[in-house]
Amino acid sequence: MALAKSQGGFVILITFVVALTLMMMPLPEWAEAARPQWLIMAVIYWCIALPDRVGVIIAWMIGLVLDVATGSLLGQNALAFGIVAFLAIKLHLRIRLFPLWQQALSILILVALYQIITLWVKGFTGQSAQSWSYWLASITSMLLWPFVFTLLRGVRRFYRVR
Amino acid sequence: MVVDHRQHHVETLRSAISVLIYPIQYLVNLPVAVGQWMGESVSTRENLLEENERLRMQHLLFKAQLQKLSALQVENLRLRELLQSSKKVGENVLIAELLAVDLDPFSRQIVINKGSNDNVYLGQPVLDAEGIMGQIVHLGPFSSTAMLITDPNHAIPVHINRNGLRAIAVGTGAPDILEIPYLPNSADIVEGDLLTSSGLGGRFPRDYPVARITQVAKDPTQPYATVTAEPVALLERSREVLLVWPSDKIAQPETTTPMSETESASQPDAAAAVKPVSETATTAAPETEPAAATDSAPATREEQ
Repeated sequence: MALAKSQGGFVILITFVVALTLMMMPLPEWAEAARPQWLIMAVIYWCIALPDRVGVIIAWMIGLVLDVATGSLLGQNALAFGIVAFLAIKLHLRIRLFPLWQQALSILILVALYQIITLWVKGFTGQSAQSWSYWLASITSMLLWPFVFTLLRGVRRFYRVR
Repeated sequence: MVVDHRQHHVETLRSAISVLIYPIQYLVNLPVAVGQWMGESVSTRENLLEENERLRMQHLLFKAQLQKLSALQVENLRLRELLQSSKKVGENVLIAELLAVDLDPFSRQIVINKGSNDNVYLGQPVLDAEGIMGQIVHLGPFSSTAMLITDPNHAIPVHINRNGLRAIAVGTGAPDILEIPYLPNSADIVEGDLLTSSGLGGRFPRDYPVARITQVAKDPTQPYATVTAEPVALLERSREVLLVWPSDKIAQPETTTPMSETESASQPDAAAAVKPVSETATTAAPETEPAAATDSAPATREEQ
């Protein structure tokens, strides 16, 4: 690692900014609950691809930014992002080898975990979501993972992010 | 997290991060703003004329109502002086615009384009032309987040306009339903009653419309009646909102002063109708409340 100089931090930052923009994009009322969790997907991708660059700390900070962006309790997304990033880094060697559909399944589990943690925090603070549509976001994230993965891999190779 | 929930020390951190986020919010809002601008610039002459005509009629109507209103206001003041109790009249207002930014879909919050640079403060009431929308919960320098009255974490003290019965309207998370808990079965409340803010708690100004009762279910086996109401403010449709500074806030914002001056200049006859109400400024639809007008006359305050 000492020999391979890291580069392309700026590209990683840009992908996070784009993902955050997508998280805030206005959607019609019926589609709001099914919004794919772009930001957590970007975090998971970079944790799998470059676990020595993007770790729990960075994931935690990005979660903090998302907290402010969505007006939720400060630290709620940060906690969930940190835990999910930790798991993704633990499993990154395994997930990398999976075919795309199998990867998508593991993303379903990771994003669902993220949602469970935020739901838990929300339950503590007395603002739980009542409907099952809350979980749609995990499904749409899973369905879009192959697209996100190929796109981000293309970006990573094109800009030689290491 | 616990610190954020229980106390509010990390509010500074939040407002610092919100500065970083503001460009992104601006970017997200841009397509909507551009679309609106395009729509305005390519709309036909007939449309504009028609709209102009309609607004002129509305303006005339409101002006007429306003004249009557200022007379009533002064009469009210005089009667109160006779009773030797004084009442604050009037607030300052500032128009803010909604940013088309989506937040957590399961809480009811909105982002507006005014922040602490415009003297917005935490807990400030947010209104639209029809009634109370909510209050500011997070504050950044350029933008701030307001919690709507339909948010499940929000409750607002109200009273029934017809008979003054006090109650609390609690949000449910649904876009158009408020609940009124803890009203006994014998309470005098019927469908169609208008709920106005009672001003208790000192956060919201008094006598602004909040909601209209849609359903009253009185089940004798239950200790309390089940009452639901619908907010009168267009919570999901307004693009402009009004920020209100109650008159007993010491720090009167400078930003609103020019507006009130231009307003009073543009409505000389309404202001001249009665002398003591010299600086009348109301950007809220005058039909909503007399309290929207600014008045510098009374110095003593009895409430809050």
